[in-house]
Amino acid sequence: MSIMQKIMETVVQYMPDKEPDPLIHDKHGYIGKPLSRVDGPLKVKGAATFAAEFAFDDIAHAAIIYSTIVKGEITKIETSEAEKSNGVLAVITHENAPKMNKPPMFAPGGGSKGSGAFDLPVLQDAKIYWNGQPIAVVVAETLDQADYAASLIKVEYKEEEFEVSFDAAKPEAKSPRNIMGEPAEVKIGDAEDALKSAEFKVDNIYRTPRYNHNAIEPHPMIAAWDEEGGLTVFDASQYVTGSKYTLAEVFDIAPEKVRTIAPFVGGGFGGKGSVWGHTLLCAAAAKVVKRPVKLVLSREGVFRAVGGRTLSEQRVALGAGKDGKFASVIQSGVTATMPHSAFQAEQFSFPVRHLYQSENFYIGQKIVNLDTVPNTFMRAPGESIGTFALESAMDELAYQLKIDPVELRKINEPAKDPVKGAEFSMRNIVEAYKRGAEKFGWNWKEPRTQKDGKWLVGQGVATAFYPYYRMSASARVRISADGRAVVQAAAHEMGMGTATVQIQHAAERLGLSIDKVSFEYGNSDLPESPVAGGSNQTASIVASATAAIEKALQELLTLAGDDFDSPLSNVKYQDIETRDAGIFSKTDPSKGETYESILKRVGQEYVEAEASAAAPLEMMKYAMFSYGAQFCEVRINGETGETRVSRFLGSVDCGTILNPKTATSQFRGGIIMGIGMALTEETLFDERTGRIMNPSLAEYHVPVNLDVPKIEIIYNNIADKHSPLGAHGVGEIGITGVAAAIANAIYNATGKRIRELPITLDKLL
Amino acid sequence: MKNFTYQRAESSESAINLIAGNAGAKFLGGGTNLVDLMRENIEQPDALVDVTRLSSEIEETADGGIRIGAAAKNTAVANHQLIRQRFPVLSQAILFGASGQIRNMATAGGNLLQRTRCYYFYDEAAKCNKRAPDSGCEAIGGFNRIHAILGTSDSCIATHPSDMCVALAALDAKILVEGANGKREIAFNDFHKLPENTPNIETDLKDGELITAIEIPKTDFAKNSLYRKVRDRASYAFALVSVAAIVETENDLIKNVRIALGGVAHKPWRATDAENFLTEKTATEENFRSATEAELKAAKGFGHNDFKIELAKRTIVSALKELAENGGGK
Repeated sequence: MSIMQKIMETVVQYMPDKEPDPLIHDKHGYIGKPLSRVDGPLKVKGAATFAAEFAFDDIAHAAIIYSTIVKGEITKIETSEAEKSNGVLAVITHENAPKMNKPPMFAPGGGSKGSGAFDLPVLQDAKIYWNGQPIAVVVAETLDQADYAASLIKVEYKEEEFEVSFDAAKPEAKSPRNIMGEPAEVKIGDAEDALKSAEFKVDNIYRTPRYNHNAIEPHPMIAAWDEEGGLTVFDASQYVTGSKYTLAEVFDIAPEKVRTIAPFVGGGFGGKGSVWGHTLLCAAAAKVVKRPVKLVLSREGVFRAVGGRTLSEQRVALGAGKDGKFASVIQSGVTATMPHSAFQAEQFSFPVRHLYQSENFYIGQKIVNLDTVPNTFMRAPGESIGTFALESAMDELAYQLKIDPVELRKINEPAKDPVKGAEFSMRNIVEAYKRGAEKFGWNWKEPRTQKDGKWLVGQGVATAFYPYYRMSASARVRISADGRAVVQAAAHEMGMGTATVQIQHAAERLGLSIDKVSFEYGNSDLPESPVAGGSNQTASIVASATAAIEKALQELLTLAGDDFDSPLSNVKYQDIETRDAGIFSKTDPSKGETYESILKRVGQEYVEAEASAAAPLEMMKYAMFSYGAQFCEVRINGETGETRVSRFLGSVDCGTILNPKTATSQFRGGIIMGIGMALTEETLFDERTGRIMNPSLAEYHVPVNLDVPKIEIIYNNIADKHSPLGAHGVGEIGITGVAAAIANAIYNATGKRIRELPITLDKLL
Repeated sequence: MKNFTYQRAESSESAINLIAGNAGAKFLGGGTNLVDLMRENIEQPDALVDVTRLSSEIEETADGGIRIGAAAKNTAVANHQLIRQRFPVLSQAILFGASGQIRNMATAGGNLLQRTRCYYFYDEAAKCNKRAPDSGCEAIGGFNRIHAILGTSDSCIATHPSDMCVALAALDAKILVEGANGKREIAFNDFHKLPENTPNIETDLKDGELITAIEIPKTDFAKNSLYRKVRDRASYAFALVSVAAIVETENDLIKNVRIALGGVAHKPWRATDAENFLTEKTATEENFRSATEAELKAAKGFGHNDFKIELAKRTIVSALKELAENGGGK
């Protein structure tokens, strides 16, 4: 942590809190209503335009060639056959690519405004850094022509020694400088010593494999240059603002000349949060052929050119007395990255910093550098794999202590953040457990005591955990004389319900009916938004929209106050409320006027205001997290080891739920992804060749419908007084704790403790 | 994908003529596997002859068996009344495979010619004797969790991916083929080959020969049959191990038993050692287990797939137990 950051944090402790958002208490309006998605009808009709679907008359198509060695140099790239092939417009390699600067890397927490997944130059030299690196792009009149021509390119390499073996590199693991601003190592007391003398203890190693996002929409895009040297890209992006700055720097043009448009994104999960090589190649190709170019990665291409979740090896040790109280908590381990990756250390140690009380802690993370595609964030990076290890260990200790795992968590519930000492802004995890256990019918039994025919039955539980993040964001609002309002922000809709929830918020705050409000987003020309990552988007944009709305209301009040005819003249801003499509005095309900009336009287079409949200000081002052209790039941075929999750319930402590319909979809999606993480998904990375061997949905097994049981989601719905609308993000927490809950249930059913994911049937035979 | 010509054959004669003398030509059924492989550049035919207009009839033969036209869709075969009644194992096997959409496209003839799902076969950058003869086999020493444990060679440890074929192996089916030199029949067990030194040669088909039909002989006791498929997710995954089993008992004595295994070999594996062991023995779990020991004595794992040996045994025992309990006897 920098000194400035430290000083800032200290100062913030003494600052008064912001008044809680008045809308937290509003239970009569749109906040908390299970409204259907505003983009639902468009999607059902197939009328929502995704990145690759924008129509251009003269569009050309591109195909990428990927390296087949790990490390070294291209000594020869034979393109003449491809160039002669039907319909081919250009073959672009490092020998003839336009000049491109290195992409500025994604730097959460400041530094660059860019969002490059790595800082390697693309197609600027002959060097190879990973097996699967894009090394050439073919542009042709049709996709088939481009694909075929790509198959004609012959490449010769000079190979160099490489390191792709995690186990071989482990002894060289190093502590990263920090982990997203947090120290890589935390020592409180003497955890090893306390562990030694603890009456009850567990001390085990947990392993998680590489995973890939596998959004249903592979990375598609269209790039077009205009006559003034401006660049427009239609890209499935979780971060259009970052994309704009990245492209501007790579192509050496002003950011104002770049526009990234992403109205709909067919799933991202973090894979579309950064700018990857194909985006730059598509823009370069369009520059070369002087036509719009469409480039859609194949499923294999996504595996080769876009990184996924890195693998991990974690040690968790817990020591406790007979009463179950922790004397020692240890979580340490190693993840892999590559030297040029923007995302270095996957923060698996974050949950343990905040979940349980103990006098002694040792928390430590290290990284190893491997020659692989740069790893990146994937839904709840860190927390997903960290909760697998930690919450499995909790369960192991519970059986040893013979204390119900739900009770064990309650026993070790901290009053303040156990590592930082800060107050929790909101924490009702015990309540979530209580409600969840009741609804699920939690009834802790001895392992291997329940059967259903030849199926062994078991139940498991684990804590879900994810931090609250809010990032700096801007928004614009326009309130018009026709009684309508529109909120604008660069923002992103990957299917989570962004537009729906933002419309709910703006309608509520403006006192407008929902059909009078719209939300415009998915365009980097609009006020800047942060990445749709870290589950921050809703809070960040709500805060900036609130600021913009306040500014617009002040302007409206000024307009009204300037006019003696207005019932609002002499009413002060702090005394107003919005309702019934206008501004009203809180103290004298008879005084008020609609937006329409104010604007029409002064003959103005609209008022418009743009504002940025105040800095997220609440995050510095308070320990702000979201929680949940994941309950599940599994059935394991006693003969074959096949595992089926038969019941799942998530009991959630995530502040105010703004829209239970879209939020529940998010949780279900996260839990389904967690089922995949626990049971079926694994990226097969061949350490002999550094190559991913299952780059296909046929062999990379995401759960199918039959693998997914009914998933129930219940909410505490208790507001966080310190967050906008009392809400926390819900995109990522759903996946956390799921793998542990399933592993714990498998233990309960079979008596077998599996500490390595995925839990495939061979591990249960 | 390489450019290719496309023609549709209206009769088996015309199909055979269209392909004759062109080693780069292939018959096209539903295309659910061939077209995928063409997209991956693994298959690069220069001519396709569409045979989906040829016989798709499913009919009873004179001796009480069933003939399935090679162009019959998988869905039609699985749902055919006679097949469901007389050969439930075949219907189940097909329905356990792929997805509804794929089964609606895929043909019975094409299903016989599915190619392996070995990761290294699919990756042009990898060494594979099946795809590129004499280049080596990276599955040995690589990811081989899904690979074969029986009948493997130093050249290849790939498996045959079909579910339907496992049932057909148990049913002693015949493959009817037609070529420039006339018609012939191939016993099912002779149709698919073990890899030996030529894993690129997968079937007994000669150049230009066309599969016209599959015949299943009358097998009354096949009514008591089932297909058990063990895989990594509940649907839409290839078998780690599958078992097609048919059992007929009489007073607890096994009169007839047929067992075929999928996911364990380069071809659907008829478990004749287990069958021989069980015939005329009592239908006990102990005997079932002993039969599997006999069958899998020669099995060999390659690391990741070692578990398949035990899994195969357990799955066979489970299937036989269920069939024995159903009676299957008179």
